[in-house]
Amino acid sequence: MISVLRWLVWREFTLALRRKAEILTTLLFFVIVVSLFPLGIGPEINTLREIAPGVLWVAALLASMLSLNRLFADDFIDGTLEQLIISSQPLALLVFGKIVTHWSLTGLPLVLISPILGMQLGMDGDSIVVLMLTLLVGTPVLSLIGAVGAGLTLGVRGGGVLLSLIILPLYVPVLIFGAGAVESVQAGLGAEAHFSLLGAFLIGSLILAPVGAAAALRISLD
Amino acid sequence: MLKSVELTCERGDRTLFSGLNFSIEPGELIHVKGHNGSGKTSLLRILSGLMLQAEGDVLWGTENIRKLRDEYQKNLLYIGHLPGIKGDLTALENLQVNNALSGNVVEEDQAWQALGKIGLRGREDLPARVLSQGQQRRVALSQMLVSKAKLWILDEPFTALDVKAVAMLQSVLEEHINGNGMIILTTHQDFAVNNIEVRELHLGLSEKDV
Repeated sequence: MISVLRWLVWREFTLALRRKAEILTTLLFFVIVVSLFPLGIGPEINTLREIAPGVLWVAALLASMLSLNRLFADDFIDGTLEQLIISSQPLALLVFGKIVTHWSLTGLPLVLISPILGMQLGMDGDSIVVLMLTLLVGTPVLSLIGAVGAGLTLGVRGGGVLLSLIILPLYVPVLIFGAGAVESVQAGLGAEAHFSLLGAFLIGSLILAPVGAAAALRISLD
Repeated sequence: MLKSVELTCERGDRTLFSGLNFSIEPGELIHVKGHNGSGKTSLLRILSGLMLQAEGDVLWGTENIRKLRDEYQKNLLYIGHLPGIKGDLTALENLQVNNALSGNVVEEDQAWQALGKIGLRGREDLPARVLSQGQQRRVALSQMLVSKAKLWILDEPFTALDVKAVAMLQSVLEEHINGNGMIILTTHQDFAVNNIEVRELHLGLSEKDV
């Protein structure tokens, strides 16, 4: 079982490294969307600082959704997904492996670059640390929930739009508590409650999402 | 070993076939025949567990394959229309990864040998996307050489292959049958395997041609 996961992770990373453009597009999208706000709103630093947590979180959410289309699409087109489904290994485990690698290639870079964007919007040191932590706990939830949607919309014409309609409402709680944590730290309050809830989302989706996504894939390929 | 009981397949409003009964034992080869759209691929997908039948059961031994799942999939090699290989991986990597993901770890020497035998010598290290369609097909088929599965389900295995490769594939099929394996395949091509009786299963005969 472990060796299967290792092979899967190896395959995903190798494929991603041979197609670097796909990782970069998500990251660049995130940077550009965040950079648009100062241009649109004006360089008033207090305003920017106030909206920064929300802007960064919404941008991270959209960037993460943008990359979801690719999660199963390539495997679906070239037929490797069929082989995964009839593998003697549990499909939920394979899907879990795919989600984890997908997150570390698309979600983790967002977390790592967020301090620079936070500084760009005038956030102070403490808030930036909290922002990074919320993204670190929150973006895996986005990938996990998104995988279920990606499985359901696989092979559907206009699946991209449908995917966002299914997934975005489910992202709302993560957005509220993710951005909320940063805002409450900025306001001088603690963020423990927010983190507890984000952690609960993460654990819940870790358990449920791979199984749900596996079921969705079986339906899509039927 | 594998048994189909009153199998019915529906796509949309159309019934492709209904009440299909047959079984396959070790050392047998079934050639599924039928005109285009008669449900050959659907039948193979149902037998391999990718698709759910409208009615009926597929049994492996005496158990339903949906219940057995892992136990059944371990004994199954399915090669469908899509080659199931990644263009960005080399032929060798494709073979190894595909096998590992289906739960059968293949040593590197074994993979080199299989690719050599299937006629890809010297191309093992090329990304699969630069290979021709027939060569990509060979990469997919090379799985048969390293597979430990008893039951092979092959959807149009001869497509895009040249004469030499077809002959080679036939000898591989022969070897598998002689080793007490089972094969269910579809093809529109004539093929012959020495000393082996090919059973034929006709789909869509009862339907009136439109």
